[in-house]
Amino acid sequence: MCLGIPGRIIELHHDGDLAMGTIDFGGVRRDVCLAYVQDEVSVGDYVIVHVGFAISKVDEAEAKRTFEALEEMSQLEELQFLKDAIPPGAIGEEARA
Amino acid sequence: MSSATKGIEEQVGARIAAGLNCAVPFNTSDRVLLGHGSGGKLSAALVRDRFLPKFDSAELAQLGDAAVVSVESDAIAISTDSFVVSPLEFPGGNIGTLAVNGTVNDVAMMGARPLWLTVGFILEEGLPLEVLDRVTASMAEAARSAGVAIVAGDTKVVERGKADGMFINTTGVGAIDSSFRPSPEKARAGDAIIVTGEIGAHGITIMAAREGLEFDADLASDSAALTPLVDALRESVGAEIRALRDPTRGGVASTLNEIAAASRVGMVLEEGAIPVPTAVAAACEMLGLDALYVANEGVCVAIVPPDLADLAVTALRARPLGRNARVIGRVVAEHPGMVVMRTSIGGTRVVDMLPGDQLPRIC
Amino acid sequence: MKYLSEYRHAGIARALAKEIRATATRTWVMMEVCGGQTHTIVKQGLDELTEGAVEMVHGPGCPVCVTPLEQIDRALALAARPGVVLTSFGDMLRVPGSECDLFQIRARGGNVRIVYSPLDALELARKNPDTEVVFFAVGFETTAPANAMAVYRARELGVTNFSVLVSHVTVPPAMLALLSAPDNRVQAFLAAGHVCTVMGYSEYEPIAATYHVPIIVTGFEPLDLLEGMLMAVKQLEAGDARVENQYVRAVRREGNVPARTLVEQVFELTDRQWRGIGEIPLSGLALREEFADYDAVRKFSLENIHATEPAECHAGDVLRGKIKPVQCPAFGTLCTPERPLGAPMVSSEGACAAYYNYGRFRTGGMAPAVAAASEARV
Repeated sequence: MCLGIPGRIIELHHDGDLAMGTIDFGGVRRDVCLAYVQDEVSVGDYVIVHVGFAISKVDEAEAKRTFEALEEMSQLEELQFLKDAIPPGAIGEEARA
Repeated sequence: MSSATKGIEEQVGARIAAGLNCAVPFNTSDRVLLGHGSGGKLSAALVRDRFLPKFDSAELAQLGDAAVVSVESDAIAISTDSFVVSPLEFPGGNIGTLAVNGTVNDVAMMGARPLWLTVGFILEEGLPLEVLDRVTASMAEAARSAGVAIVAGDTKVVERGKADGMFINTTGVGAIDSSFRPSPEKARAGDAIIVTGEIGAHGITIMAAREGLEFDADLASDSAALTPLVDALRESVGAEIRALRDPTRGGVASTLNEIAAASRVGMVLEEGAIPVPTAVAAACEMLGLDALYVANEGVCVAIVPPDLADLAVTALRARPLGRNARVIGRVVAEHPGMVVMRTSIGGTRVVDMLPGDQLPRIC
Repeated sequence: MKYLSEYRHAGIARALAKEIRATATRTWVMMEVCGGQTHTIVKQGLDELTEGAVEMVHGPGCPVCVTPLEQIDRALALAARPGVVLTSFGDMLRVPGSECDLFQIRARGGNVRIVYSPLDALELARKNPDTEVVFFAVGFETTAPANAMAVYRARELGVTNFSVLVSHVTVPPAMLALLSAPDNRVQAFLAAGHVCTVMGYSEYEPIAATYHVPIIVTGFEPLDLLEGMLMAVKQLEAGDARVENQYVRAVRREGNVPARTLVEQVFELTDRQWRGIGEIPLSGLALREEFADYDAVRKFSLENIHATEPAECHAGDVLRGKIKPVQCPAFGTLCTPERPLGAPMVSSEGACAAYYNYGRFRTGGMAPAVAAASEARV
């Protein structure tokens, strides 16, 4: 369950005393209730939206950090593959040592 | 007051007296009335003032019981379709646009040249006449663009509550070109599967209009007559064409499954090759939908021999409507009747027919 | 889409899968709790990529799947009632009750509407004061804050023609029920990321410790799931059993405090039936007494509607992870998406539907018995 997708806050407003915002999801915009994140978000922030409610603010710093770690791991895998492919005695031997 | 007009007023008055929940006030010159469908003066005025000037055709102007046309051709293609979409109007078109383009396309998918349309309206009592005007203006425009004439028509009016605003039926007739005969049974192993444009725009636009999603200009129905694309394929592939079909309800996935079953072949699609506009992809994410199952009204699927695929794509891209055409997969001999897809991650999945309409999944 | 599409990167996915296979010295059995995660795994073929290292067993993570037959029958009764509009999330419409489903009720004249958000249902009630609007409030903890807000707001605004049919369930008691079953094979869990976004993950720590199972809070995209599997495999290989958070961009240990506060104000824990599993104590949510006016069961006197589940449906075994959908004798024969016996085949997040729609190819369309033989891990 829990189809929650990330969107960017482009505007804040209220419905009575209920905190709301207009969220942009890659070109599609919808009004979303921000009651549960109102103390920590402003325009430009990303939130995870589930059934019309923002349930969390996206921690962009954490996202960046962990994604870069994944990319690095992926590149290391590529490098390892190349190293494994070079036969012993070839130039690469010194680099491996 | 003429006897005909008096008759209509009496009809309406009698209905109110009979206690029917008919809240139509007498002064309703801006709405469709039951009298508009009764064949009397109101009907004649509707046809004369609102339909004829827009559906500018000699045959229609004769107002005979039937239109007489002739064509030099081996055979003709005939198709009929009824349109019941709600809402009636949406970004990129309205029920009228769909009614013209949809039937033109059904005829065109046989490889035929669409020539004539008939139009049958079932209007709901109380429909604002300005909506009717906008719909008919769009139909006239679409017919003109598609090069077809509207030669016969009919109008009925039903009581309030019985027709969701309006229903339209169109029947299209086209001339068959015996040297260009696509058929869903002709696909063979090795053939290329081409889609002529980005998918999902129409169905998502309708759903967005109903679900109250806001959207920017990116999201609009792609309703269009496909004849220029059929011409492009006729020129580049000609008699070698295998199958041609427009993926309306059920989307590309359903259409390909139908062809795979009819031709008794399998298909393998590449997820990365399938063109989806960003806004459509975003809306699909929000609603938990798969763009492959979303209706299209301005795209077609073409199956062509492998050595003609590049030529076909080039010819399609030379037309504005086909600028995003590309190959999205191949026909294979394995798993006949089944369409599978290689995902961008490198896995495989079955692209099956859905039992019913795709439902927004949200939970 | 930002924070979504990059987590579908093919190169990184392949690298993660390779790392999983390189790290595992044996096949580890894991359960992903959430239906949305099952969907991604089967749709993207992730279990293919990690074959040999990881066996994914699909858990009861679909709130639609586990809604008891009785509650569906109550929804059907409401929808059939004149003057009532039943509003619901999309995939509830095809779930079979004892006699029929909401689609069929609609065809017979019942008023059923799909909504995207519980607030839309409330708005419908506000705009139509002469109609009774009932919202079928199904979901895990993720959806509870939204449903709580709808009820709370209804009371604030003085809306009296709005009520909810509650069928909320919570995850940790279900995990405990699974872990304490004698035939449990699950060695690690991928916890539902969005449930934890709301609830945090501190309540999983005692479970991990007591049963010695790693629990990884995991997202929903292919890279999230693969990374979650890798984290689980690493712990299993090392003999660890901790709660770890893979879904750091959306989950904090304490969860969403204002959301949990309102949920606790509007709902209370209750015992609940899980379709195919039976009753799990304190695993459901019910409206608190002060919100009783918004409880559809009481408002429309539905207490006397009861139901028993059909015998041919093995939804329970599938939901418990005991069998794969292909091992159910009815899979693909008696039970298909067109004629579903139970909710896992109907719901788009159900394990059986996921297998049917995405996975049939891998079993080569063979008869269920043959397929089961090839799928079974001895």
